[in-house]
Amino acid sequence: MYGLADCNNFFVSCERLFRPDLNGKAVVVLSNNDGCAIARSNEAKALGIKMGQPLYQFSNLVSSGKVTVFSSNFMLYGDISHRVHATLREAVPVIEIYSIDEAFLDLTGIPDDRLDSLGHRLNRMCMRNVGVPVSVGISHTKTLAKVASKLCKQYPRLDGACLMKRPQDIEKVLRKFPVEDVWGIGRRYAARLHLHGVSTAFDFASLPEEWVKARMGLTGLRTWLELHGVPSISFGEDPEPKKQICVSRSFAHEITDKEELYEQLSQFVSMAAEKLRKQGSLASEMDIFLLTNRFKDTDRLYSRNRLERLEPPTSDTFAILKTARYAFEQIYDSRVRFKKAGVTFSGIIPSEGMQMSLFDGGETRDNGKLMSVIDSINRKEGAGSVVFASQGFGGVKMNRGHLSPQYTTKFDDILKIKV
Amino acid sequence: MVMDGSDRIEIMVPDRDKELGLPYSEGGVRAGFPSPAEDFMPRHIDLNRELIKHPASTFYARVCGESMTGAGIGDGDLLVIDRAVEPYDMCVAVCFLDGEFTLKYVKTGPDGLTLLPANPSFRPIKVSPEDQFTLWGVVRYVIKKL
Repeated sequence: MYGLADCNNFFVSCERLFRPDLNGKAVVVLSNNDGCAIARSNEAKALGIKMGQPLYQFSNLVSSGKVTVFSSNFMLYGDISHRVHATLREAVPVIEIYSIDEAFLDLTGIPDDRLDSLGHRLNRMCMRNVGVPVSVGISHTKTLAKVASKLCKQYPRLDGACLMKRPQDIEKVLRKFPVEDVWGIGRRYAARLHLHGVSTAFDFASLPEEWVKARMGLTGLRTWLELHGVPSISFGEDPEPKKQICVSRSFAHEITDKEELYEQLSQFVSMAAEKLRKQGSLASEMDIFLLTNRFKDTDRLYSRNRLERLEPPTSDTFAILKTARYAFEQIYDSRVRFKKAGVTFSGIIPSEGMQMSLFDGGETRDNGKLMSVIDSINRKEGAGSVVFASQGFGGVKMNRGHLSPQYTTKFDDILKIKV
Repeated sequence: MVMDGSDRIEIMVPDRDKELGLPYSEGGVRAGFPSPAEDFMPRHIDLNRELIKHPASTFYARVCGESMTGAGIGDGDLLVIDRAVEPYDMCVAVCFLDGEFTLKYVKTGPDGLTLLPANPSFRPIKVSPEDQFTLWGVVRYVIKKL
């Protein structure tokens, strides 16, 4: 059996841990640049605030005191996330960290009659020891465990844990479960499935195996099998492997200055290149893009991008920045005020087993060792300790007007208690 | 060197620098009689390890105020709080009451909880069922700068 421990409205719960006065009230955590909602308490959802909705569209609710907003405090969320994972590990030997607020649990060998109480115990431990609510779903496969954990959030009387075991119970749940909410289906497939009259997870599971295989490939088939209770996604495996790496940010202010813009862009490029190296990959294509403010009607929307081939495929920041500069020169326009920039790497291949092209010869300098030294310094001393000259020394400027203290990671920021 | 009643000798070396490599035999590897001192590999005292039993549930907080001076807890002291510790009668705990954090002795009685200060100029607070009350975490240690 597998479990999924999913933290409820995780970023909001982290903020509430140090602000218990906000329990039961509408709370929203904003994206990197205070741009839009990225986490909402149930009360905020009930007020109609949508995921990704820009702040200005609900700023009246903020100024009237109906909603409390926070800038994203990733130092805090990261620390609380580690605490949740450590707490889960105390009770379950093998866990797979899936994201900042989700972890899969390998429950092999645990007697069936103890699974339900284990789920509730994990929920209680996370609430008491760390202080954040966690929904624990347990079932035959990872995909079904995800469905079960979503049920906990829908039905508070489950008390934070749901064991889905008997076939008749699973069928009952899948008949009501929207197909687009199934792990691995995605919005694109969901739209196509809807055209074929498939709207629930049960409809999808009822499709013939061959139909699914022919139209949705191995990924779709695995999801189909998992819904039938056949474990097909092993531990540590993501049904949708990262085929692209993208780093992009909105700026605090619109930028027109060419070098200022490039300084920001090259920082994103360096961050993306570091991600490439971290997963042991090389990129063969790079897309550089610049955007104006999407939510401002007065300006003409300007969005330009340029796709460059990286030949040979590389993860070397020096080589990549050289190409990035060239691409940037092609698409920069001095008359436009830019709000966002970014880079996407695609054509990603593992770095070992790379084929050298015939004429590579002495042309490519191997900076692999230098790159790994830079990465390790930045990991140890904090991001941005060693930077490439084009990144500048200012860091990415962000709007963070509603930032909470770093209660658990900065000594000057710890909780103050009036006694 | 510390001698205690049971005639045991323990050598404690303070952690003076961050570079903690593998213990290395000072005498080198030589044939012959080994230095008896090599049996005493340096052991560092790590306060994190001594004071923090559950890292995942331990939080720090700073005291502002005088209501707990009788318990030896004064303004500016650092609290080591462990949320995993089951609250017990008369534990010193960080509580959240009516919109504010506070620090008090928590006394359990047949008629509910009472928060007791450790300073005669403050009054005990009876927790009533309609109060917004949370026992946030039990204090394990108080660290004060002299």
